[in-house]
Amino acid sequence: MQGLDFSVVTPYTDILLMGMWWTVVLTVTGAVISFFFGIFFAVAVLYAPKMIAYPIRFFMWLFMGTPLLLQLFLIYFGLSQIGINVPALVAGIVGLGLHFAVYNADVMRAGIVSVDAGQTEGARSIGFGRFQTLRYVVIPQAVRNTLPAIGNNLIVLLKESSLVSIIGIAELVHSAQLAISETFRPFEFYITVAALYYILNLVLESGLRQVEKQVEVSR
Amino acid sequence: MDFPMMLRVFPFFVEAAWVTVQISVLSLLLGLAVAAVIASAKMSGSLVLRTFGSLYVSVFRGTPCLIQLFVLYFGGPQIGINLEPFAAGVIGLGLNIGAYMAESIRGAVLGVDRGQVEAARTIGFGRLQTLRLVVLPQAARLMIRPLGVNAVGLIKGSALVSTISVVELTYTAQRFIGSTYKPFEIFGIAALLYMLIVYVVARAVDVLDRRYAIN
Repeated sequence: MQGLDFSVVTPYTDILLMGMWWTVVLTVTGAVISFFFGIFFAVAVLYAPKMIAYPIRFFMWLFMGTPLLLQLFLIYFGLSQIGINVPALVAGIVGLGLHFAVYNADVMRAGIVSVDAGQTEGARSIGFGRFQTLRYVVIPQAVRNTLPAIGNNLIVLLKESSLVSIIGIAELVHSAQLAISETFRPFEFYITVAALYYILNLVLESGLRQVEKQVEVSR
Repeated sequence: MDFPMMLRVFPFFVEAAWVTVQISVLSLLLGLAVAAVIASAKMSGSLVLRTFGSLYVSVFRGTPCLIQLFVLYFGGPQIGINLEPFAAGVIGLGLNIGAYMAESIRGAVLGVDRGQVEAARTIGFGRLQTLRLVVLPQAARLMIRPLGVNAVGLIKGSALVSTISVVELTYTAQRFIGSTYKPFEIFGIAALLYMLIVYVVARAVDVLDRRYAIN
């Protein structure tokens, strides 16, 4: 047992901030991918022909029932097995994006179904096509109604992005591990990293509250 | 698809799945105990207890579970806590899921109609009697489903303990992906076993929920 000394963290401020920046990048890109793919999966499951809808349903079922960490290994090593060599960063973003797309799709599907049928009928009767109705009438309302749940998924995404450190992406956890390998001070660095995640989480939560308030007002 | 290889490694995965089940069950029990304490603290009359409860939930839900495990397992020895990987995994996952389950329990207790408490107090029940005989039996029914969702999340979350070298499903999968270079096959085996465990739990929650549902 040795005394704790948090001053060992100071020389590594730049490295940790760099890691934090990559955590933000991973979260934002993962969020964008998971949002649009979430809509795509939800629409495909509801409206696409069976040949497309069933495989997507199977994929969603598979990704909701297995751990993200396992999926990251599949994507990272699986892509190279089928001849696509991508850097870890791309595999990490794709993994996070697809994993949370599935959760977003699950929410969005319920959101689309619960948009009043009169909205669709109204849009169709004033001459909107099926795609236009979805794009301009149904999906915007579904997104607005499911925003709190999508926001929750985003908060989980921020925390789960720490898992990509395992496949070697230099985000916050990975940069802490680098510092620990030089200083042998895991406790100080991991507590610092926890505090940084906590701050990111607070910022994200208050941001989401603002967005929700705006949306609430616009109704 | 390399079926002979899949058959050859399958026994290792069954053994690993059993470790995943053990970790999940033990941390679920610890998590329930933690959750009962934290939920009670958050709903107690004492400001100190309430603050402690809120702080616990906020810290454990506001930071990644992976980091909590790392603090406990790698950082623990610095403050005199030396744990085996398995024990660290159970304690880390249990403390983490406890925060989520505390919110499920609190939600269920708050979900019991206010009129029930008022009626019980009116006919002369004390605070504790009201809680024990009126509120909790009803809340117990309401918390089955949210706690079930937490339990399923915990099973998938237990994959994290592979990073502190507990030889469970994900650890075994990672090792065999490394030695066979067949990620799809290995993922298939591990996914099958995870799905099986999750399915059993989800069915059990369904049965319980249907049996005790308030109608």
